[in-house]
Amino acid sequence: MNGERRRTAAVLAPYTVWAAIFIVVPLFFVAYYAFTDNSFHFTFDNITRFFTATSQVTNDAGVTSEVRTYLVIFWRSLKLAVISTALCLLLGYPLAYIMSRAGARAQKIMMILIMIPMWMNFLIRTYAWMTILQDTGILNGFLTSIGLKPLHIIGTESAVIVGMVYDYFPYMVLPIYSILAKLDTKLIDAAHDLGCNSVQVLQKVILPLSVPGILNGITMVLIPSISTFYISQKLGSGRFFLIGDAIEGQYVANNLHFAAAMAFILMIILLAAMALLKYLTSRPRFKTVKGAVK
Amino acid sequence: MKTASKIYTVLIFLFLFAPIAILLVFSFNEAKSLSVFSGFSLKWYRELFRDEATLASVRNTLLLAALAMVLSTVIGTAAAVGIEKMRSKWLKSTLSTVTDIPMTNPDIITGISLMLMFVFVGRFFGLANSLSFWTMLLSHVTFCLPYVILQVLPKLRQMDSALPEAAMDLGCTPVEAFFKVTLPEIMPGVITGAIMAFTMSLDDFVISYFTSGAGFQTLPIRIYNMTKKTVTPKMYALATIIFFVILALLLISNLTDDPEKDKHN
Repeated sequence: MNGERRRTAAVLAPYTVWAAIFIVVPLFFVAYYAFTDNSFHFTFDNITRFFTATSQVTNDAGVTSEVRTYLVIFWRSLKLAVISTALCLLLGYPLAYIMSRAGARAQKIMMILIMIPMWMNFLIRTYAWMTILQDTGILNGFLTSIGLKPLHIIGTESAVIVGMVYDYFPYMVLPIYSILAKLDTKLIDAAHDLGCNSVQVLQKVILPLSVPGILNGITMVLIPSISTFYISQKLGSGRFFLIGDAIEGQYVANNLHFAAAMAFILMIILLAAMALLKYLTSRPRFKTVKGAVK
Repeated sequence: MKTASKIYTVLIFLFLFAPIAILLVFSFNEAKSLSVFSGFSLKWYRELFRDEATLASVRNTLLLAALAMVLSTVIGTAAAVGIEKMRSKWLKSTLSTVTDIPMTNPDIITGISLMLMFVFVGRFFGLANSLSFWTMLLSHVTFCLPYVILQVLPKLRQMDSALPEAAMDLGCTPVEAFFKVTLPEIMPGVITGAIMAFTMSLDDFVISYFTSGAGFQTLPIRIYNMTKKTVTPKMYALATIIFFVILALLLISNLTDDPEKDKHN
């Protein structure tokens, strides 16, 4: 048995060492840079700068006011990410449901169709949206040709949301689909037999059972959309700085300590959010399932 | 399918494929415009194949992805075997938490954290710029490893543990038992893991962006640099080629899947 133990240790060793050096240690470097200045002396300045730095903004009405630069950027990132995630869920859930109820062949074709955009480079896809949404772009060309007024979308928050929904939509559909495809159809039949109508079946059987997939989808869309730094630069015409843009900007300016501070704060907030999401959904769900049996 | 669901599905796929259709069409545009089509031409494809920097970046990307795939598949498969055999609950849960980190952390944080470490260590050794092909390779292996482990682990759990034991009873050494019995049994998981590692590495932009040196450009980074200037249909020609490669790969992998699935059902 001793030999067996030694072999287990031997096959585990490379990964354990790798994970320690390249996963764990780098996170400590984020904290180390976040709490030090350029000569590596301890300081809180980077963190306080995030919460207190101010700048002047002029709104569309021409009124200038002073705002907390990075807090505004962070709230905007959060707002756009939450809206995009909600849209992905609203649009993606019905599609995942339709997919899971389709014939085997149709399911396979739809899977391929969902995965193709996923594997296309997201920079090119985002750029293609830019040419669609531009003021003189394809969408407005189409609208004016059928006699409608052109829309001004590029450089607005809506354009950034379109880009986020487009880029991360498959990450919402796939986890929900994988849960719904495995769902025991007998449960649905039983609920129908016991007098539930279609809405009740959806509300009391299908939705509660797909919670793990929904949660997975929410995390897989929320995390990349809150931290993106390309979509906002292209579709927001650089007018809507998001937290990812702020981090990238500090990196490009070689301001590594402040970039690390923002990454550190973002990481802490996301960890807290994930823990909260897990806690809120870990309550037993038997009650709702039982409710279907009236 | 009911009519309403059919219409809904079509609308969603129109949304998903609109930008792709547009880049396919405009890659054949005669003029430089990306929004007005003025005539069919293959000139942007010719330009693409004359663009040395882009071609070099394709070679770089393939080389990096192949190396990252081999390293992460070997280390990850070994790790999965070890994790499966591990008896300490505490160690097991610590290791699985650590494995989750690269998958749940935003790419920008993974990228920044690795970059900070490389820069710090490089400065310690007196290097002005420590980011290079090697730092990129180390980073790619790091974010590919969890995907390999997560593909191999379930196959190990499904396998009958009596099989390698029987092989050893019949005179195999533990190493022989692994290569002759366990490995063939978990091969589908190893291959899926390897393919995932390869595609993740090919497609990665964010982590590469933070950990790459000036001398080594991958295709996503090349595309990023192209989109910083005015984009010509040349980039769309590149995207069109990528589209057909992906389409072919997905079709092949799904068509070859078919007979086996039918057997099981």
